[in-house]
Amino acid sequence: MSQKVAVIVPAFNEEKAIERVVSQINACSDADFFLQPIVVNDCSTDSTAAIIEKLNCVAINLPVNLGIGGAVQTGFKYALDNDFDFAIQVDGDGQHPPTEIIKLLNAQRQSNADVVIGSRFIDGKGFQSSAARRAGINYFNALNKILTGVTINDSTSGFRLINKKTLAIVYEYYPDDYPEPEAIVLYAKNKLKIIETSVQMLERQGGESSIGFFASIYYMWKVTLGIIFTFIRVKKN
Amino acid sequence: MEKIQIIAIAASVLFLCYIGWLIYKAKLREEYAIIWILCTIVLVIFSFWRKGLDVVSQLMGIYSPPNLVFTGAIFAILIYLLHLSITVSRLQEQNKTLAQDIALLKEKLKDKT
Repeated sequence: MSQKVAVIVPAFNEEKAIERVVSQINACSDADFFLQPIVVNDCSTDSTAAIIEKLNCVAINLPVNLGIGGAVQTGFKYALDNDFDFAIQVDGDGQHPPTEIIKLLNAQRQSNADVVIGSRFIDGKGFQSSAARRAGINYFNALNKILTGVTINDSTSGFRLINKKTLAIVYEYYPDDYPEPEAIVLYAKNKLKIIETSVQMLERQGGESSIGFFASIYYMWKVTLGIIFTFIRVKKN
Repeated sequence: MEKIQIIAIAASVLFLCYIGWLIYKAKLREEYAIIWILCTIVLVIFSFWRKGLDVVSQLMGIYSPPNLVFTGAIFAILIYLLHLSITVSRLQEQNKTLAQDIALLKEKLKDKT
């Protein structure tokens, strides 16, 4: 019997890239895994809502803009409510090639991990991001390493797979903006098994990055605070 | 009674009436009105009891009584701003949950029609 995989695609103004992403996800289903694309439209102002209604996917339209974390969490809620075995986050801008999903699934099958993070830095192939971005990523890697002892090479990667056990945790709490580094602390503190596997990423194919220069400084602070307080909070539970 | 005292009393009492009217019209929830009523009552008391400011300042070891007014007012404002930030955070969290539930329910309805 094939396992059900919810492929969650958070989309904010992704009318150019979304159709291809969804059709590529649908093409990845095989005998072992049934992949269901779930597009969470985060109150886009372009024609994303109209496009996804016509595609072969579950279309969830948020009535107000919640940001990436709130959108992805909506997908997690759908996945758990509808009894999916796994959830994978794939960005709607085409940065995460759906053909790489199988690598996450294989890594999960081999290791039986709760969380599989797709890293672009293990093999160093594909799009490697800018130097400034990499400095930020290294900072979060180090912060995670210090707090939780878990070594992650790409802690800002949104391309990750989680199992049902993890879904139950993120159903209750998932960070709002730029949630990836904080989520790792959340997973580690809940004693989940986290592994990383090598994937290739592409440059975004449409839409705009959610983070500009000044916003990135703000996010560094915000995410650092989020990480530290998640660390303290979950320890007490 | 001096002119300024009459003005202060009139202003404080008017303000208190306005708060009362807002609560009566259900435009202000009681929990947010408490601090406003307390502040206004303090204002009314000090409008009548003119020596009060000097007495309290001396008790607290403050040389210049107006400083007590500024310190007290700024402290009260900070506390109230913090209270509002907490309220906004809570509302944002509730808003997020509501939006998610609405989106998921709408998706569920689609299957049925």
